[in-house]
Amino acid sequence: MADDTVTGLHATVAVPGRLDAAVTAEPGAVVAVIGPNGAGKTTLLRAVAGLVEMQGEITVDGESWTTPRRLVRERRLGYVFQDQSLFPHLSALGNVAFGLRARRTPRREAEAAAHGWLERFGIDDLADRRPGELSGGQAQRVAIARALAPDPALLLLDEPFAGLDVGVATSLRLELARHLRDFAGVTLLVTHDALDALTLADQVLVLDGGTVAQAGTPREVAARPRTDHVARLVGLNVIRDGDTYRSFSPRAVTVSLNRPEGSARHQWAGPVVSAVPHGDAVRLLVAADPDLLADVTPAAAAELGLAPGQQVWLSVKETAVEAYAVS
Amino acid sequence: MSQQAALGRPPTPLVALAAVAATLLVVPLLTLVVDTPWGSFFSLLGSEAVLDALRITALTSLLTVVGCLVLGTPLAWLLARVDFPGRSLLRAAVTVPLVLPPVVAGVALVTALGRNGVVGGPLHDAFGVTLPYTTTAVVIAHTFVSMPFYVLSVEGALRSSGERYDVVAATLGATRWETLRRVTLPLAMPGILAGSALAWARSLGEFGATITFAGNYPGTTQTMPSLIYTTLQGDPEVARTLSMILLVASVAILAALRNRWLTTP
Amino acid sequence: MTRLLTLALLLPLAACGAGDDAASKITVLAAASLTESFTTLAEEFEREHEDVEVELAFDSSATLAEQAVGGAPADVLATADTATMDSAADALAADPEIFATNTMVLVTPADNPAGITSYDDLATGDVTYVVCVDTAPCGKVAATLIAATGLAAEPASLEVDVKSVLAKVISGEADAGLVYATDAVAAGAAVQTFEIPGAAEVVTTYPIAPLDQSEEADLAQEFVDLVLAESGQQILRDAGFGTP
Repeated sequence: MADDTVTGLHATVAVPGRLDAAVTAEPGAVVAVIGPNGAGKTTLLRAVAGLVEMQGEITVDGESWTTPRRLVRERRLGYVFQDQSLFPHLSALGNVAFGLRARRTPRREAEAAAHGWLERFGIDDLADRRPGELSGGQAQRVAIARALAPDPALLLLDEPFAGLDVGVATSLRLELARHLRDFAGVTLLVTHDALDALTLADQVLVLDGGTVAQAGTPREVAARPRTDHVARLVGLNVIRDGDTYRSFSPRAVTVSLNRPEGSARHQWAGPVVSAVPHGDAVRLLVAADPDLLADVTPAAAAELGLAPGQQVWLSVKETAVEAYAVS
Repeated sequence: MSQQAALGRPPTPLVALAAVAATLLVVPLLTLVVDTPWGSFFSLLGSEAVLDALRITALTSLLTVVGCLVLGTPLAWLLARVDFPGRSLLRAAVTVPLVLPPVVAGVALVTALGRNGVVGGPLHDAFGVTLPYTTTAVVIAHTFVSMPFYVLSVEGALRSSGERYDVVAATLGATRWETLRRVTLPLAMPGILAGSALAWARSLGEFGATITFAGNYPGTTQTMPSLIYTTLQGDPEVARTLSMILLVASVAILAALRNRWLTTP
Repeated sequence: MTRLLTLALLLPLAACGAGDDAASKITVLAAASLTESFTTLAEEFEREHEDVEVELAFDSSATLAEQAVGGAPADVLATADTATMDSAADALAADPEIFATNTMVLVTPADNPAGITSYDDLATGDVTYVVCVDTAPCGKVAATLIAATGLAAEPASLEVDVKSVLAKVISGEADAGLVYATDAVAAGAAVQTFEIPGAAEVVTTYPIAPLDQSEEADLAQEFVDLVLAESGQQILRDAGFGTP
C-alpha cells in the first residue's frame, strides 16, 4: 500500500454556526480531539465522514473527498459511534463482516477475515452472539473491529471508552493502542479523557466553541494547556494573565483557612466545591476566580475540616508556576 | 407478595369497563358458535360453492399480502426515509382508504379501473383488458383497502428503528439497496409481519369493495364474505354456518401465525 | 355501578319509544324494486292525510322480512315475492295481499356496446351480462328463465339485488343484465330494453301486509288500501308493474 501519493489527512472543515477547524495528520498518526461538550468534536467527525453539510476541503491519501463531493459510502473510512450502533439483528461476526461484504468480498472470505479480527480482539468465541448478549466492553471491541475490518484510510473513533467500567476501559485502551500502532491510516479520536490523549495520540487537537483552541503533541498540550478544559483534563491549574498563561500543579498549591502571609505572589479565596480522593491525596476543587484544583494530604484535610462550603485561601509560590505566551 | 399485588387492587371502573368491552367482543361470537346448525357444518363445508369461495378467499388474501409486501414496502420506505415535496400529502392520501366505507372504495375503483373507467377505459380499448369480474379485480380491491394498514405499520417500524443503522451501513460502504436489504428490512421485520397480518385480516373480511368492483361469481370472484352476504338474502341459517366456517378458518390461521411470529412477551 | 350501566344502556331505547306525538308517522318497508312507485305512493298518501308522515325503507326483500320478524319499528311490509313474505308470517297483522306483478326484461346500456339485438345474443358467450344472485327473488326468476331458455353462457357476476344489476348496466360495466320491467322503465333512456322469450310465464308477485308491531294500525291498513285502490294501482302501472 505504501506509495508516494499517500499523504495522510488534510482537512479544513466549516459547518456554519458550529465548527470551523483544520486538521492535518501523517499516515499512521492518531489525532486526539478533545474539548468541552458542544465544542464541535463529534461535528468534526461527522463532517469528515460526510454526514453533515460542510464547506472546506478534505483530502485523504491524495484523494479529495469534497471536490466532487463523495457519498458516505464512497469514503474509505471506519466510524466507531459513541453508542457502538452494532446491527442488533446480526451476530458479532456478521457485524464485523458487514463492511467487507458491502465492498464485494465473497461471503466465505469476509467471514474468515472477520474471525481474524475477532481473534485479534480476543473475542472470537463470541462470534455467534447478538449485540444484546455482549457486555459493553465486548460490544465496543466488535464495533472497533467492524470499523477496522474493511481497511479504511481514515478511522473515526467517537469516545470509544465512554460508558465503560474503569477496568474495562483501561484494558481496552491498551488493546486499542496496539491496534492503532498497526493501523496504516489516520485516526481521529474524540475523547474527554486526558489519559486517552496522552497514551494513544501523536497529536492533540483542542476544540473550544467550534474553533481550534490548541494543537500540538500531547506533551506540549499537557504541559502548557491554553484552555481551562484541558488544564482540568490534565490535572493542572491554568490562569490567563494578559498575554501570558500560567500553569501550576495542584500539588504546588498551599491551602489555609486564613489569608496567608509572606512571599506568595499568587493567592485566591473561595469556598470548597468538592473534595475527592486522588491517589494518596485529597483533591479539592475551589470556586476561586477562576476554579482551581489543590491537593492536600488526608491528614491536613481532616485537620482543616475541608468539607464542601468551607471558605479557604489558596496560594502558590512563583517558582512552582510555569509561564508561557499566548501564541 | 408479588409485585402486582403490592401495587394494590386494579381500579374498579377500569375493570368494569374492560368487562363491558370483553362482553361486547365475545358475546356475538359466542352466540354465533352456539347458534350454528353444526349438523350441516360438514356437509356445507364440502359443497362446491363453499370450497370455491374458500379457495378464492385464500388465494386472494394471500395475493393481497404479496401485493402489499411488493408494493407497500417501497412506499413505506419512501415515506419513512426520503424527504420529498408532498410527502405529508402522500401520507395523508395513503390513509384515506382506512376511513373510506368499503362500498365507496368499490365505487372509486369502478370509476378508475372499470370498463368505462378513467384508467380502465383506455386499458380496455388499447389492450382489450377488462378487470371487473376477474379474480385480479378481487385482489386489486383487497389490496386497495388493505395497503394502508400495511404501509402505516411498516412505516412506523421503519421510523422507530430509525436512520441510525442506515448511517452505520453507509460508513461501512454499503449502497442504499444493500442497506435496505441487509439492515433496514430485517430491522423492520416485526412491523412487516404485523402489517402483513393486518392486511391479510382486512382482505379476509373484505366484501363491500369487492362486490361493487369485482362482482360476485362462484369460482372467480365470490369470496367467503360475498357468499355469506348473498346467502343471507335467502337462507340466514346457511349464512350462519358459512360465517362459522370463515371464523374457524381465520382463527386457525391466526393461531398458527401467532405461534410462529406474533408471540409477544 | 352495574345498575348505572344498565340504566345508561336502556335510556336511548326508552327515548326511541317515546315522542312522535306531534304528527303521526308510519314506516313502510318495501322491496328495492318498489323504490320509485312507493315514493310516489307515499306522497299521495301524505296528500290525503295531512298530519301523517310516511317513512320509506328500501332494501332486499329478505333483509326487510328479517327486520320485520326481528321487531323493527315499522308498520307495513311489501316484498318482491311471496316466499319472503311467508318467512315474515309471524310479524303480519293481516293476510298479505298481492298488489302488483312484475316480469323480467333484458337491458343494455344506452349505447349498447355489445350490439345486442335480442336475448339470443347472450348465447354467443362474448357478452358480459349480470343477473341477481339466486338467493334473491330477482335471481330466482332469472335462474328459471335462463334454464327455460337453455342459455349456456354464464353470467359474469351474481349481484346482490336488482338495483346492483341495473347499476352495472347503466355504468357500462356490463353489456347486459336481467332486470324487472319496472327497473327498465325507471332507468328511462339510460338503457335499451329487450324482451325475454317466455318471461310472461315467470311472473313475480308482490304481496303487502300491515305489521303486528304497528302503533298506527289504522294508518297502516289505510296505506295498504291505497296501494290496492285504483289510484294506487295506476301509479304502479305507470311504473311498469302489472296489476292483478
